[in-house]
Amino acid sequence: MGLEEKLPSGVLLTTVEAVAGYARKGSMWPATFGLACCAIEMMATGAPRYDLARFGMEVFRASPRQADLMIVAGRVSQKMAPVLRQIYDQMPNPKWVLAMGVCASSGGMFNNYAIVQGVDHVVPVDMYLPGCPPRPEMLIDAILKIHDQVQHTKLGAHREVEVVELEAQALQAIPSEEMKGLMR
Amino acid sequence: MSENPESAEVVPAGTETLDVLSSGSGAFGIDGTPDVSGYGGLVRRVYAAPAATRPYGGWFDEAVDTLADALGEAFGPAVSKVVVAYDQLTLEVEREHLHDVMQTLRDHPGLRFEMCLGANGVHWPEDAGRELHVHYPMLSMTHNRRLSVETTCPDEDPHVPSVVDIYPGNNWHERETYDFFGVIFDGHPGLTRIEMPDDWVGHPQRKDYPLGGIPVEYKGATVPPPDQRREYK
Repeated sequence: MGLEEKLPSGVLLTTVEAVAGYARKGSMWPATFGLACCAIEMMATGAPRYDLARFGMEVFRASPRQADLMIVAGRVSQKMAPVLRQIYDQMPNPKWVLAMGVCASSGGMFNNYAIVQGVDHVVPVDMYLPGCPPRPEMLIDAILKIHDQVQHTKLGAHREVEVVELEAQALQAIPSEEMKGLMR
Repeated sequence: MSENPESAEVVPAGTETLDVLSSGSGAFGIDGTPDVSGYGGLVRRVYAAPAATRPYGGWFDEAVDTLADALGEAFGPAVSKVVVAYDQLTLEVEREHLHDVMQTLRDHPGLRFEMCLGANGVHWPEDAGRELHVHYPMLSMTHNRRLSVETTCPDEDPHVPSVVDIYPGNNWHERETYDFFGVIFDGHPGLTRIEMPDDWVGHPQRKDYPLGGIPVEYKGATVPPPDQRREYK
């Protein structure tokens, strides 16, 4: 009982959200932010063997204004942090951040005064990718997961509700220190 | 020198003239038994290479003589120690005379050290009165020779003359040494931090500077940062 029953064959119905998400995930332009050894794996991902062109993402934009996904590949030093934030601010919305490798995610082995202990101190991170450095397969997996996030991102009022829900969930999350059981 | 009886015991035969600055044993905070680290018997000495005696060998004698002739009476007070270690010639220069020595090393036809490859800082907390060293690796392309110039300054008065007017390439190197060790190069055109952010406090490559680091949270546990979970000595 609805509009879809009265349509002639050959007509497809969808939502604006789904179309927008599909278009966004299908045309993602990564910004180059290679900082360390992770950048080598990121370049390998873009090269023919792992072929990020399968997902239409082989062109890494050097200009943040033409990019909407920042792959932070490597450790961020205290001095690099304001630069990273500026690049992020220069990217037009909608934009996403992928913290590639443990250094970008949490500081990794560089637990010292010089390195920012996780790039989420500086910019909001949508996807954390562990590994030191992660293999191109892992980066592609993270990219596919971020594609999935983008596809299912809500718009307008729905998005506002979603943000409130996500915030409430995050506030109730148990700190990993208090977790019990197997290490997973 | 070898006045310290403890150092005389541990110095290998034939090298009694090592300038031992301090001596310690063990590592990772282990004392006595059980020594699970295996480093309990380790003896560590902080030492400087001894002053060389003539002949220095190879072209070293010629180069030092040329420098002595060029500097004249200033050579004695300027070059406090000539060291030959690891097949390299190192001149330890008093900081008051550093600028003249560098100018001579660059301009004298018999020396012609056209390149100064940097100004490297070293922090020796044990070396009382000369805690901060600055080391200049030099290269003469004319003669295909390399030597090192080293100068020192105390922690209380960390001033060393800049050689940027002689070797402009040292500009950023001196900024780096200032940034990491706090050596103030007098006469530098713009001595500001280069690696650390401008508002950073302290000089991180000094041995007494803490490593930093934060506790790492794991599932069900928190691990303190490395410099707090074991003792390094």
